[in-house]
Parts: sequence; structure tokens; C-alpha cells
Amino acid sequence: MQELRDRVKELLADGTVDRVLGWKAGDLPYNPEAAYFETVESLDEFVYNGFCGANLSKMMIEASKLEGKTLVCLKPCDTYSFNQLITEHRVDREKAYILGVGCKGKLDMEKVRALGIKGVEQVQGAEADGDAEHLTFQTIYGEKNCSYSAAMLERCHVCKGKEHRIYDELIGESKETKDAERFTEVEKIEAMSPEEKFAYFQKELSKCIRCNACRNACPACSCRKCVFDSTKFDSAQKANVDSFEERMFHIIRAFHVAGRCTDCGECSRVCPQGIPLHLFNRKFIKDIDTFYGEYQAGSEADMRGPLVSYTFDDIEPGQTAERG
Amino acid sequence: MSIEANEEFKPKIVAFCCNWCSYAGADLAGSSRLTYPADVKIIRVPCSCRVNPMFILRAFEKGADGVILCGCHPGDCHYTSGNYYARRRMTLLFSMLDFIGVEHGRTRVEWVSAAEGVKFSKTMNEFVEKIYSLGKNVRLEDLRCKS
Repeated sequence: MQELRDRVKELLADGTVDRVLGWKAGDLPYNPEAAYFETVESLDEFVYNGFCGANLSKMMIEASKLEGKTLVCLKPCDTYSFNQLITEHRVDREKAYILGVGCKGKLDMEKVRALGIKGVEQVQGAEADGDAEHLTFQTIYGEKNCSYSAAMLERCHVCKGKEHRIYDELIGESKETKDAERFTEVEKIEAMSPEEKFAYFQKELSKCIRCNACRNACPACSCRKCVFDSTKFDSAQKANVDSFEERMFHIIRAFHVAGRCTDCGECSRVCPQGIPLHLFNRKFIKDIDTFYGEYQAGSEADMRGPLVSYTFDDIEPGQTAERG
Repeated sequence: MSIEANEEFKPKIVAFCCNWCSYAGADLAGSSRLTYPADVKIIRVPCSCRVNPMFILRAFEKGADGVILCGCHPGDCHYTSGNYYARRRMTLLFSMLDFIGVEHGRTRVEWVSAAEGVKFSKTMNEFVEKIYSLGKNVRLEDLRCKS
């Protein structure tokens, strides 16, 4: 991390960039937060470790409107989102200096808590550089351990690869952490009966508090005006009485990013209720792959998405039951 | 409720019909004295592509038991390519509805031209029959929208 911090300081000091978009330490050892740095001194607070899961590419939409260049630290999977944003003309490539940072899988504190490790005061082994296979936690109940991969975010288990798709400069080593199939969970649900499917989503989605975190964190969800902000629309707010509202919200949220979603997994990461929101996006991705051919949004800039193109012999909606 | 239990099931079915083909097809069905069930409520849209996925969900939210979308045959769209886009969208949306537990039978897309009054009447009869066999769709109702 020292190398990264020094390089960032250098770039800011020599005027290559006017500000830095990175992470600074939060009040706890495991919650660094996204932050802008505008002076070299303030960069002493800059951190980059295993808990820096936030995808900063969405913040580049706002940063593109500022004067001068912004240095942004992007992990390999974040660069897909950045490419997608270039395709949609939401970010200005000229105003971004992309520093590709290494990633060996990001950590999920919820997974750690689920392993029974609570009251964490200090963490060792979460550094971005170094090859720690294990994490050591100093907790108020004493020292506890777990393996690095057991604490990884869901999205890192289905890692898209360690290649940065777009960058100006690379620092640090990346590691491919894929150890599971991307569509396993989706297939499991598809195999259920309609009643079981319904019950499953009832259980998951009834936890939704409609905080809109999934929408706000999603790099693909970048409309200036959102249908769910309309006060005239009676499903815009959370109602206690029914279960439909969450379904509608989550189907529409996923539908609006269908074909543009890079599967970065931010929606699930930020959900305070731990709803597996990526399942909706993955279902769309799976369908697109099956019906219209393999497509990875953001693997290149300026690709034409599957929902804004067509062929004359596309599958009919009635046939999907047999083929999907 | 006990009152409802005694009542015969009457499905609510929403049909989105494009102005240029299917709506004219429905018109032809009427002027040819062909019948289709009164459970079908037709909503005219400028093009099948006008149908926002939200419309379909809104219909279910308001208590529809089935939704059918009718448009021009592929290649015949008044706006050249609207129905091709609609086809992709509806494929994904219906697959998603199936994924969350709304059977495929409750959603359908059918291409009906202005000359196909017979096909319109046949499609609607079939679809209504299917909904009768699936029964009431209680799952997607929003209590606030029941008025």
C-alpha cells in the first residue's frame, strides 16, 4: 500500500491530476470509505486494503463534471463498470486518470460475523499486498482466525478475472479468486416449483427496507431522474401491508440495468438487509447469454447492448420455458 | 373470505394491443361476429414496443390474473422495428416473472395482424381458458391498488 500511496502523492504533487478518488480509513478497522483527496497532506489518510470493496466508477460521473483530472483507483472488476459508463457517455475518459490497483479478493464483514467472529478491534492479513491466506482478528472476546477466502464477498467467488480492462497505470498484483460457478444459485432457484420460488423471494424480499442503497450504489443505475423517486407513483414508498411492492421495485431495478449490468455485485454488497440482489441481475445475464449469445457488459467500451439490438429470428417469449 | 369463496372465479385479463395490427385485428374479430370472453380488457398502445415492463407489473399489481401482449408480426411493425425490441424485452421480463414464481402461462406474447380476426379470437379464447385452469393470481396484488 505504501507504494500505491507514494505514487498517488507523486501524481497529485506534479499536477498530473487535480484530485484523487480513493478510500480513507473509517472509524473501524473494516469500514474504509470512499473519499476525495485534494492535497498531498490529506493523502496520509489514504488506505487500500481487503475491505475496500466499493466500486468507485460510479463516482466518476460526478467527478467528470469537475474542473481538471481526477485520479481514480479501480480494481479489475470496477473497470468493466467504467467501460460501460464510457459506452453510455456518462463519464469523460479525458478527465479520468485510471490507476489500476491490484486485488486479491475483497472481504465481507457480514461473512466474518456469520462465522461467529464479533466485536472486532483489529484485523491482520487484510492488507492489499502480501499473500496472507488467513485473517487474524483481535476481538473483545480474544483472538480469532478464519481463512481469507471464507470471508470473501460473494462476487469474488465468481471473479471475472484479474485483467484491468481499461487503465492508465497499474500498481500491485492481482489474483483470480474464482472458485464457484456464476449461475449455480440461479439454476437452483429455477429448478424450484412456482410455489417454492414464490416463497423464497417472499422470504428474501420482505426484508427490504427500501433504502435505495442498491440503486444508489449501482454504477449502471445512473439516470438523473428515477421512476422510483416520483411522488405521484403510489408504489414509490415502502408499505407495510403488502409483498408486491418489493418485487416490483427489484424486478424493475434489475430490468433497467439488464444488458448493462456488469455483475459487479455492489447491490448485494451494500444491502443493509443482506438480500441476495445479484440473483435478479444474474438471472437476466443468464437469459441474455442463453438466448442472445454470451455477452459481458463493459468488457470493451462502445459495445452495443443486447436490449438495444435485435435479430430477425430471436426467440419468442413463449418458447423460453422449453429452452431456458 | 366467505363471500368470495361462493363466487365463481372470473379472471381479469389485460391485453395490450398495438394500434396498427392487433387492435385492428380485434376490431375485425368484432365485425366478423367472432366471440372472445369478456374477461379480456384491451388497452390500445401505439406499438408493442410502447409497453414498458412496468405496465405489465402494474397490471398484476392491480389484480390482473393474466397479461397478454399483441403486436404486429415480426417484420410488419408500423415503426419498422418496434416489435423486435418488444420481443427481447418481454422474453426477459416473462422469464424473470417465472423466476419469482409467476407461471409462464400467465404471460403471453402473440403476433396478430389486422387481417387475423380469427386468430385474435382464438388466441383470447385459449388464453382465458389457460388462466381459468391456473386459477386466481393472488400473488402480485398490492393492497393499496385494490379500489
